[in-house]
Amino acid sequence: MTAVDPAQATCPLPVAEQERILLGHGSGGQLSAELLTDLIIPALGESTPAGPLEDAAVLPLGDLEVVLSTDSFVVSPLFFPGGDIGALAVNGTVNDVAMRGARPLALAVAYVIEEGFPLADLRRVVSSVAAAAREAGVAVVTGDTKVVGRGAADGLFVTTTGIGQRPVGVGPSAARAVPGDVVLLSAPIGLHGTTVLSTREGLGFEADIASDTRPLHRLVGTMLHAGGAAVHSLRDPTRGGLASALTEIAGASGVGVELDEHAIPVPAAVAAACEILGLDPLHVANEGCLVGFVAAAAADTVLAAMRACPEGSAAVPIGSVVTDHPGRVVMRTLVGSRRIVDMLIGEQLPRIC
Amino acid sequence: MKYLDEYRDPVLARRLLGELAAAATRPWTVMEVCGGQTHTIVRQGIDELLPAGIRMIHGPGCPVCVTPLEMLDRALAIAARPEVTFTSFGDMLRVPGSRTDLLALKARGADVRVVYSPIDAVQLAVANPDRQVVFFAVGFETTAPANAMAVLRAAALGLSNFSILVSHVLVPPAITAILDAPDCQVQGFLAAGHVCAVMGWTEYEPIVARYRVPIVVTGFEPLDLLEGILMTVRQLEHGRAEVENQYVRAVRRSGNTQAQDAIRAVFRITDRSWRGIGTIPASGLTLADEFGDYDAERRFGVGRLTATEHPACIAGEILTGTKVPTECGAYGTLCTPRSPLGAPMVSSEGTCAAFYTAGRRRSA
Repeated sequence: MTAVDPAQATCPLPVAEQERILLGHGSGGQLSAELLTDLIIPALGESTPAGPLEDAAVLPLGDLEVVLSTDSFVVSPLFFPGGDIGALAVNGTVNDVAMRGARPLALAVAYVIEEGFPLADLRRVVSSVAAAAREAGVAVVTGDTKVVGRGAADGLFVTTTGIGQRPVGVGPSAARAVPGDVVLLSAPIGLHGTTVLSTREGLGFEADIASDTRPLHRLVGTMLHAGGAAVHSLRDPTRGGLASALTEIAGASGVGVELDEHAIPVPAAVAAACEILGLDPLHVANEGCLVGFVAAAAADTVLAAMRACPEGSAAVPIGSVVTDHPGRVVMRTLVGSRRIVDMLIGEQLPRIC
Repeated sequence: MKYLDEYRDPVLARRLLGELAAAATRPWTVMEVCGGQTHTIVRQGIDELLPAGIRMIHGPGCPVCVTPLEMLDRALAIAARPEVTFTSFGDMLRVPGSRTDLLALKARGADVRVVYSPIDAVQLAVANPDRQVVFFAVGFETTAPANAMAVLRAAALGLSNFSILVSHVLVPPAITAILDAPDCQVQGFLAAGHVCAVMGWTEYEPIVARYRVPIVVTGFEPLDLLEGILMTVRQLEHGRAEVENQYVRAVRRSGNTQAQDAIRAVFRITDRSWRGIGTIPASGLTLADEFGDYDAERRFGVGRLTATEHPACIAGEILTGTKVPTECGAYGTLCTPRSPLGAPMVSSEGTCAAFYTAGRRRSA
């Protein structure tokens, strides 16, 4: 067969589903981004301010800036090594608020509960919400409960909304990375995603690993104290993993990111699970680490401050920001070649062999 | 990680590359057969580190890629039935058939599930006696033993609600077909280490003798591949043509005889259609007659379904190594992992997807 001019190609193209939501639209990868930029944001029109897509919004309020973020949690299973949906819901929103440089002040928590859900499990989850909020030093000040019929939800969904405050003018943003910045990673990657997958599917790795869910606002506070305005961008690489977080910052800032594969810490059990399942640790979700883009002059100071915090004790530099290949993340591979790191497209699908 | 980091050591990689540069005095073209090897080569950028003149052609060893379109349409027809729970390894789910794919079918209400082992599908059949559980049995000799075990288990349990849709293919006939092609450029092969862990390498010995072509059984880590390429090039430079084993930590000459027994008990050899290549005689497996009750094609009457490929897709030329993805007019424009035209763009082991996710762009 000879090559055909694509302009001459005729339908029907065997294209993917265009009319319904796929699970991949919730993966934090390219499909999720398309959903936001093609459908949700255009529908909001002028009521939504322009600007880069961030973990949380900043609203001016007198001498202060208020930071607002919301997130829904639909994890299955609800309980897993290292945490549960309650801890995840508190820490996830605390972290999204913190990534804009804010101190989280208060949370709203909403539960959507399926008819027949065991009360004992609900007690466990709400206790976990309370414990996580205490640990984070954030008050749960309002909330909501709804019950839906059996089959209309998968046990329990939790939505948390958080507000925080920050002094005017000190905020990190996905759009502020500049060439020369050092990319710092606060902790090893891949723990949360592989733990949940292994627990859900009974793959047996869950004995060796646990989710890394934890609040990161104290770590952020320490970084900002040490680096101030030199801390340009912060993001916690949750759904879509490190690859998505870095690609989003590269895109929002119009810069390139150079990574060193050797420098990226991947726990042995995560590496083993990813090898067996054919997953890329760079695409696996995290709930207890962040990446920071810090001006080179302040990078050592900020790194030292991170390492002095328990949640940043394993922090490492993993790369730098360059003017080349704007919007793209390029990784120097283990054997010394180079490749572009791309965002996940839809769902992570385990390979055959 | 132990047994992994050792095979990704950059110092040893540079040493092997140095030895390769010293060994290669002429240009050579080598094909890695297995999609897992393609994945490592492209992800690690190994082909770009090789000495000038050593060219890697990516072979037809991605099971997702060579599964023919009509087989996908048969899978989709079965999965769409209300009484069916259709199970598959994950990366088959996104492969487009003529009109849709399994993920889209799932979004429209079909019961489609990812399993990690065919035995999980048997368990599903046990737990759901009112459902017809079908497993999509694709892959090379590597996945065949586990699929055979699933059928044997279902037979032992007397399950009447379990069946498999078989699209198994075999490596040696594919190598022979590539060597028989009039425009064959391949001078040496890296055989797939895990296929050989099951089958051993005796079946490659007649190929080596007949075609005078080196075949090196090779693993999947960067150092495995570099060493496999080095061993192949040394044979070519010295005019030797032998089967050699680079993957000594996993493969012996006779292979895994128990696994082979399971394959022989459940399957028989048949002609198979390879996506993009066409029918290759005696190149696949189908259920043996005594296990015909477990054949989903027969159970659901889909054996006559046929399909036509998209005209812009040059999957055949990609899979036989005649062209690289960046030479395809549709690559990166009409055809992306987001909306693939052909199978090599779907699986992460597929050559086109491996090129695309590694950021390789069309030069034109």
